[in-house]
Amino acid sequence: MLEALGLAHDRTASRRLQPFDLHLSGGELCGVLGPNGAGKSTLVALLSGMLSPSSGELMLKGRALAHFTLKERARHLAVMLQRQPLDFAFSVRDVIAMGGYPLDLPLPVLEQRIDNLATALDLQHLLERNYLSLSGGEAQRTQLARVLVQRGCEPSVVLLDEPLAALDLRHQHQALALLRTLARQEGHAILLVLHDLNLAARYSDTLLLVGDGKLLEQGATEKVMRPERLSELFSVPIERYRTRDGLGLFTSIAGGEC
Amino acid sequence: MPVTRLSPASVRLLLILALLLVSLFSLNYGALELGPQAWLDPLGDQGRVLYQLRLPRLLLSLFAGALLATTGAAAQALFRNPLADPSLIGVSAGASLAVVTLMVLFGGWLLEHRLDALLLPLAAFVGGLASTLLVVRLSRTLSGISVTTLLLTGMAINAIAIAGIGGLKYLSDSQTLRQASFWLLGNLSADGWMPVLVLMAVALPVLLLLAREGRELNLLLLGVSQAQLLGVDVQSLQRRLVLLCALGVGAVVAFGGLISFVGLIVPHLMRLLCGPDNRHLLLHCALLGALFMALADLLSRVLVSPAELPVGILTALIGGPFFLSILVYRLRTGGVDA
Repeated sequence: MLEALGLAHDRTASRRLQPFDLHLSGGELCGVLGPNGAGKSTLVALLSGMLSPSSGELMLKGRALAHFTLKERARHLAVMLQRQPLDFAFSVRDVIAMGGYPLDLPLPVLEQRIDNLATALDLQHLLERNYLSLSGGEAQRTQLARVLVQRGCEPSVVLLDEPLAALDLRHQHQALALLRTLARQEGHAILLVLHDLNLAARYSDTLLLVGDGKLLEQGATEKVMRPERLSELFSVPIERYRTRDGLGLFTSIAGGEC
Repeated sequence: MPVTRLSPASVRLLLILALLLVSLFSLNYGALELGPQAWLDPLGDQGRVLYQLRLPRLLLSLFAGALLATTGAAAQALFRNPLADPSLIGVSAGASLAVVTLMVLFGGWLLEHRLDALLLPLAAFVGGLASTLLVVRLSRTLSGISVTTLLLTGMAINAIAIAGIGGLKYLSDSQTLRQASFWLLGNLSADGWMPVLVLMAVALPVLLLLAREGRELNLLLLGVSQAQLLGVDVQSLQRRLVLLCALGVGAVVAFGGLISFVGLIVPHLMRLLCGPDNRHLLLHCALLGALFMALADLLSRVLVSPAELPVGILTALIGGPFFLSILVYRLRTGGVDA
């Protein structure tokens, strides 16, 4: 659904990404792993069209992304950025509803979407609250709901840069379960940057490893998540254990001697 | 803490009723109390006061207030800061400098040829637009207008203009000094219908165009990049906002001098009453701004009657403490309510 061919950015020293190919298909949850400053946010910026590539091609649903008007792009591509500045006292419901502006949804459909997402992300009791009074995790869930309201009416692309930041364990699982359901049931292609290896292993269908301005590896989660590979990428020793029902559990053992 | 607010429609109705009430009151009261016969006899003494002085003055206040409040709300969305004000883009400073320059250097010549009523507003308008364009030109970066740079450039231009005004005042004789100071304090006295008609010709399109931007302004509050990802052409929106604010405020300064704080407190009150949603806020601000200005003008005429208090002093006297209290409240509560 979203296809990158030889896409690269090297104009600014702080944001570089060497040429890469990438194919995101509908119905798939694609995780992005990599250390800080590796280029994960640059990847999201490039794929969303925010950052214009210095070379390469980017196609959304078979058409060059550069040829979409901003309004069209917003109907087929929803993006959550890392920082969410908002200094005005909107209600949580109002903030989430803003995601629906580009789609021009009829009011009942929009309300239905908001209510479904609020239930799935445990925001139901906060809908009438002042956004500025929320805790960090609550604000983050609100912004995630806003981005998901923006998902296209037909299968479309959703890019999420660290959507789980500041969420507690239960809400991380809830959010990931929701994303997986949306991908499977509605056929969206969802890419998300995350940091928890076990959550990545549990929920993503495919994985991208990003390090040092390069797309190092991509493929099925099970194949990509090898302890040696991850140890090298994050520069800490990482080991994998098997639970009784055969799931892989990853843990880092650096700093144990302190 | 749930957000309990009045519905937009009821707020609109209340504001319109209050506006009618204050307008009627303002037309009848002043140094001279008018009877009902004034309405029926436009050529009598009382009728002339009503139709040549009070009615144009009331309309001038209404439109000035509506413009100041609405451009204030728009500037706060542009800067994504609830404490911003249109004067930050340099429009008032440029207008003031142009007017004071004209008064000090060509004041006698203007009076002699009776051009002051025409040229002073024109100078204010042109000066305001010119300084805004300068500020925008200086803060243009490769990726469009940078709002932070816009703010800083505006402050620098403001400082330069104030220094220029100070220098000119220093050079002027005592009568011109008095005239310039009086103008800088803000005054909405109207003699005849010309100023009202000109202000209305600017105000109506500016207000209508700004009111249409509500959706995009909401999205802009989420951040420039996020707004773009939600389909807003941010650069074009920023250009439109700066231009409309400059036109609106320039026109007010041209006929009313410097009237401060209206653009700050009216949007603030309105947000406290029914939320920050710009789809309703801009229209509500126009109504409340008009109401606020009509009240301030009424007070300025009756407080020290038969003399008049410059209305800019009143708005600053009400607005300054109000602004400080919001600021302190925001600092104490972490900005939860504003």
